[in-house]
Amino acid sequence: MLGTRELEINLGPQHPSTHGVLRVKLKLDGETIVESDPVIGYLHRGCEKLGENRNYIQTEVYTDRMDYIAAINENLVYIEAVEKLLGVEAAPRAQYMRVILAELQRIASHLVWLATHALDIGAMSVFLYCFREREAILDLIEGYCGARLTTNAIRAGGMRLDFPDGWTGAAKDFCDEFPARLKEYDTLLKTNRIWMGRTKDIGVISGEKALSYGITGPCLRASGVNYDVRKAMPYEVYSEMEFDVPLGSVGDTYDRYLVRLEEMRQSRLIVLQALAKMPEGPVMNKVPKRIKPPAGEVYVVNEGPRGELGVYLVSNGTDTAERCRFKSPCFVNLQALPELAKGHMVADIVALIGTLDIVLGCIDR
Amino acid sequence: MKEQLIQYLAVPMLQIAAIIGVMLLCVMYLVLWERKLIAFMQVRMGPMRVGYHGLLQPIADVVKLLLKEDVVPKAADRWVHLISPIILMIPALACFAVIPFTGTSFEVGAFTIPLVNYDVPALTVTSWVADLNIGLLYFLAISSLGVYGLVLAGWSSNSKYSMLGSLRSAAQMISYEVPLGLSIVAILMLSGTASLVGIVEAQQEAGHWWLFWAPLGVPLLWPQFIGLFLYFVAAVAETNRAPFDLPEAETELVAGFHTEYSGMKFAFMFLAEYLNMILAALIVSVLFLGGWLPVTFGIPGLSELFGNFLPFLGGAGAAITGFFWLALKVFLVLTVYLWLRATFPRYRYDQLMSLGWKWLIPMGLAHVMVTALFMLLRG
Repeated sequence: MLGTRELEINLGPQHPSTHGVLRVKLKLDGETIVESDPVIGYLHRGCEKLGENRNYIQTEVYTDRMDYIAAINENLVYIEAVEKLLGVEAAPRAQYMRVILAELQRIASHLVWLATHALDIGAMSVFLYCFREREAILDLIEGYCGARLTTNAIRAGGMRLDFPDGWTGAAKDFCDEFPARLKEYDTLLKTNRIWMGRTKDIGVISGEKALSYGITGPCLRASGVNYDVRKAMPYEVYSEMEFDVPLGSVGDTYDRYLVRLEEMRQSRLIVLQALAKMPEGPVMNKVPKRIKPPAGEVYVVNEGPRGELGVYLVSNGTDTAERCRFKSPCFVNLQALPELAKGHMVADIVALIGTLDIVLGCIDR
Repeated sequence: MKEQLIQYLAVPMLQIAAIIGVMLLCVMYLVLWERKLIAFMQVRMGPMRVGYHGLLQPIADVVKLLLKEDVVPKAADRWVHLISPIILMIPALACFAVIPFTGTSFEVGAFTIPLVNYDVPALTVTSWVADLNIGLLYFLAISSLGVYGLVLAGWSSNSKYSMLGSLRSAAQMISYEVPLGLSIVAILMLSGTASLVGIVEAQQEAGHWWLFWAPLGVPLLWPQFIGLFLYFVAAVAETNRAPFDLPEAETELVAGFHTEYSGMKFAFMFLAEYLNMILAALIVSVLFLGGWLPVTFGIPGLSELFGNFLPFLGGAGAAITGFFWLALKVFLVLTVYLWLRATFPRYRYDQLMSLGWKWLIPMGLAHVMVTALFMLLRG
């Protein structure tokens, strides 16, 4: 008897294009995806529990290791939550510094996304070009805090140190050089029929559906929903910055590509504005050495490169949180993968994992 | 009897040994050139450690592959697993038999092999092993046998990734053979022969490469550019190179059909792929770019000058010059090959199929018609 059966295939957890240790159980009909089921948890380190066993200062170290591509954004949202618990504000100069570093980190994170996304689709050179640009940003971050990835740079009440001499000049130089480079990569991909064929109309999700899944960040904005925490609930000094929120119309992989590319350009503008407006003065407000916030609970959200980063903290009056919870945008965005992948080909699943821009450290925590 | 034995047995044997040796060396340095060129395009250094600027890297690679353990998966079909790299390799090498590397034959005078005192009569040694009058058909027939190697490799590995890879390659190679064949038809009509030597000689007679065949006498109206384009695209797809490298798409299928291969078996598959690339570049050079004919820029006087760089060597000088020109053309074609890999993203399976069947095959048919029409107009 001849019969046909669906082919079950395990994509990962060790696979070149799952961006870490994601495992996707695929059911294939030939090359067409019938069903896909992401399995997570291979990088679970118990960051939330650690946050309940270490004091507030120690816990910041673990936020570096969640979204390791965008550590400063994770640092920032956690410290903002601690500051809100304490009832202190960051020093004015420090607020600008935070915005500069966070936006540089956003560009770096988007560059990693562009690099790996292009590599997944087979454009090898873009990968190396983007990493060259990212290296310049990492050099800046290293020049400020001494670490490239695990920055741990932000303190409750401000920043620990001011920018070193010549740092702002170097940051400006980077911003001057960046648009031409970005345009080059954009041309390399956008003028290519194959790239268009591989991204247009792949993984379309409507704004309504994206909202119901709880998707945030560039993936949501590519579906045409205008929601950016930086505009909707401005934190730090974002209310003083002028920038556009790029929106997509179709909600396919190509729109997500365009939105992220435009976000990089906008982030560069924010960095330049913040550099120009940054006041002189101390970078640290008076904050007690041992952080012991009064009992209470807070929930703080930030716009991370991948979407809405959230931190929920419950304090019981000691130097250790009673409850510490991180809301990861990648985790939420990844839910949409089965919906996006249905009916596409095997080759598209890697493009879709790439376009959701997931970081497994952020998902598993 | 003795003369025939030498002419038809000993000489071809030596030629085959020489071609295999030179081609394997070419593959080794093609890999190095690929790594260096792509590194240059990607603002990297490429191999730098072994030898001056990595010049000995290929030798280190070969030694590494020779010493590696040969892992065979438990559930694999051992014999088929063993035999499929060989099935891939043999057609790739066999095709080189009909390639004319240079036009002039070497005259070897009578001499005696010392120690054994064996008299060898005067010989004429050509640069090709065999000048078949069906050379082009032989090439098409033998080179398409390689697909069996891929399919069997994927099937015998007993891995889902390998299986998907080999299914893709089977579909891909079968569909792209059609435009490949169609792009050659025009050349056959122009040359009036299927012998590769004959095709180059026909170009010599016509006074221009088939690429620059201008039926209306108007420069830049060269219909064979379409033929070259068709052939090149189809050949890239045939050899599973980027942007058509779906059978081994590393971001989707890990390594495709050779996922479960290691050591020398893997090296054989690797060699076969690069041999096929060199072969495709050789065929492009012979069919469209005039084979061993010199580059003359259309200036008649130059063909004398460029036809023989070493006039004091006589016929041997002309032969070496011809070889140089062919090598130069092959090198340039291969460089374009590698350039593609650094530039393009990868096609998706269905897009690949629609490109082959909906674009290249109609284009190939139209190309044959247009060439025929022009030939008819010219009479």
